[in-house]
Amino acid sequence: MEKTLPKFVSTEKKDTRSGFGDGLYELGQKNKDVVALCADLTGSLKMDKFEKEFPDRFFQVGIAEANMIGVAAGMTIGGKIPFTGTFANFSTGRVYDQIRQSVAYSGKNVKICASHAGLTLGEDGATHQILEDIGLMKMLPGMTVINPCDYNQTKAATIAIAEHKGPVYLRFGRPKVPVFTDPNQKFEIGKALLLNEGTDVSIFATGHLVWEALKACEALAEEGISAEVINIHTIKPLDEEAVLASAKKTGCVVTAEEHQYNGGLGESVARVLSQHLPTPMEFVAVNDSFGESGTPEQLMEKYGLSSNAIIKSVKAVLQRK
Amino acid sequence: MPDIQELQKICSQVRRDIVRMVHKPQSGHPGGSLGCVEYFVALYFNIMKHNPKNFTIDGKGEDLFFLSNGHISPVFYSTLARSGYFPVKELDTFRMIDSRLQGHPTTHEGLEGVRVASGSLGQGLSVACGAALTKKMNGENTLVYSLHGDGEIQEGQIWEAAMFAAHHKIDNLISTIDYNGRQIDGDTEDVMSLGNVEAKWQAFGWHTMKMNGNNIEEVISGLNQAKAETGKGKPIMIIMTTEMGQGVDFMMGSHKWHGVAPNDEQLASALSQLEETLGDY
Repeated sequence: MEKTLPKFVSTEKKDTRSGFGDGLYELGQKNKDVVALCADLTGSLKMDKFEKEFPDRFFQVGIAEANMIGVAAGMTIGGKIPFTGTFANFSTGRVYDQIRQSVAYSGKNVKICASHAGLTLGEDGATHQILEDIGLMKMLPGMTVINPCDYNQTKAATIAIAEHKGPVYLRFGRPKVPVFTDPNQKFEIGKALLLNEGTDVSIFATGHLVWEALKACEALAEEGISAEVINIHTIKPLDEEAVLASAKKTGCVVTAEEHQYNGGLGESVARVLSQHLPTPMEFVAVNDSFGESGTPEQLMEKYGLSSNAIIKSVKAVLQRK
Repeated sequence: MPDIQELQKICSQVRRDIVRMVHKPQSGHPGGSLGCVEYFVALYFNIMKHNPKNFTIDGKGEDLFFLSNGHISPVFYSTLARSGYFPVKELDTFRMIDSRLQGHPTTHEGLEGVRVASGSLGQGLSVACGAALTKKMNGENTLVYSLHGDGEIQEGQIWEAAMFAAHHKIDNLISTIDYNGRQIDGDTEDVMSLGNVEAKWQAFGWHTMKMNGNNIEEVISGLNQAKAETGKGKPIMIIMTTEMGQGVDFMMGSHKWHGVAPNDEQLASALSQLEETLGDY
């Protein structure tokens, strides 16, 4: 029987932030305890549908992110489930101590929803392109960190986190990217998703890099390299079982993320592997630098976050098996 | 409800608790704690509608209090214990290993009476605003109280929250500033002058009041006046004048006892000035 090469198709391109906006709107309809707060970026976060339909549960806080986090923490007292919305940079670094004390340490049920994460924010440049947020958030005890890969998954994740009790960091982005996951998926926090079975190498990818990993997988297959692609949408808690099982099978690993090496998915995977199953690894991530202005595509290519970079890392790690 | 004389007795006991609590671990903040005793006793034994025996974080149907300047945890803990939230003998564990009475208040160890962690300054007003809005959304006519240090209003987040509360007409919130004019490094006027505090809050759209925080009758009447101003479209700020270290002569009149524990001799001297009224823990 002829072996069929993996082929992944996307029907359309959509922004993950719209997945958040549509998910939030749906939540508003089915859960009256869901409230939303936004720091003067309602349109950018696609929260306008929620605002229009549920004005009594939408709170404009102006350009005051620290206050937004504190207000959200307070709103949980009495049973509300607040979703805060602003850019990833202002959702994390700017308000780290507020999240640490009023939300994480206090165990508050706040959903910190962060758009425009990473380089794909594009032309606004490095001031807004946070590449450290996964690290900042995953270090906080009790914080769940999620980075879905496309519109459908972001929408499903938004709906799912309302059911999870405890603080969550939900990271998504600005550009229109391929939609390829099931529109009716049920999002399971902490459960890695196997997208392509392979035998030679494991690619663990998160966020926008999942599609790049699939494209890399297709190209590698044409060269006779069988790549296993796993979507790690939840960076914390990490699906350690899935990581170990795949690494055991393939014997080498590449991680891919739109984030710094330091503090990212790669480090989380490396910690698990080094402890339980030392495995050769390569990292597709930003190498300890800030971004710059440019189109998302140009930036992803320049900073080594494309499918080409993944292919290169796969070839490098295969040499070390 | 305890009468004024009984409230004064509680105040004396709370002051004894405070100095004993910080003495044992040789650590903690007696100055601001002593200055705010009347405020806490008035709130918990007279003003607030609350349920010490059946504490829930959500506090539905109850008035809520948030301590934003968490370092004055001794007065908070003593008041909570004395009003029945947790056993008084637990005060003996303050700042010790494995205690629920952490240096700064937290929900982390499940201590009854605490609804959010505080200590890193400037965050409590935002939290109080959020809780007050939830009360409104839940259709309650209960109130939310918060206390802040005067030095604490140097934090920018306080003014973000100040703007927010006025904009959203959070008129079920009664906040108070402990205006003792002192902070760790010295007098507030020297460290970072606060200017006209009352005018600042008025300019931010708050209803403001002043009261003497070291007279229990004035505190009760002040808080009752504040309650009468709720529901009128504006958040309320009380500028409460207090003396840091109130009740212990050598701790008064300077900033030096902000965060210093008394030694054995100083403890004895402090206790000799404070009548044991309800029994030490």
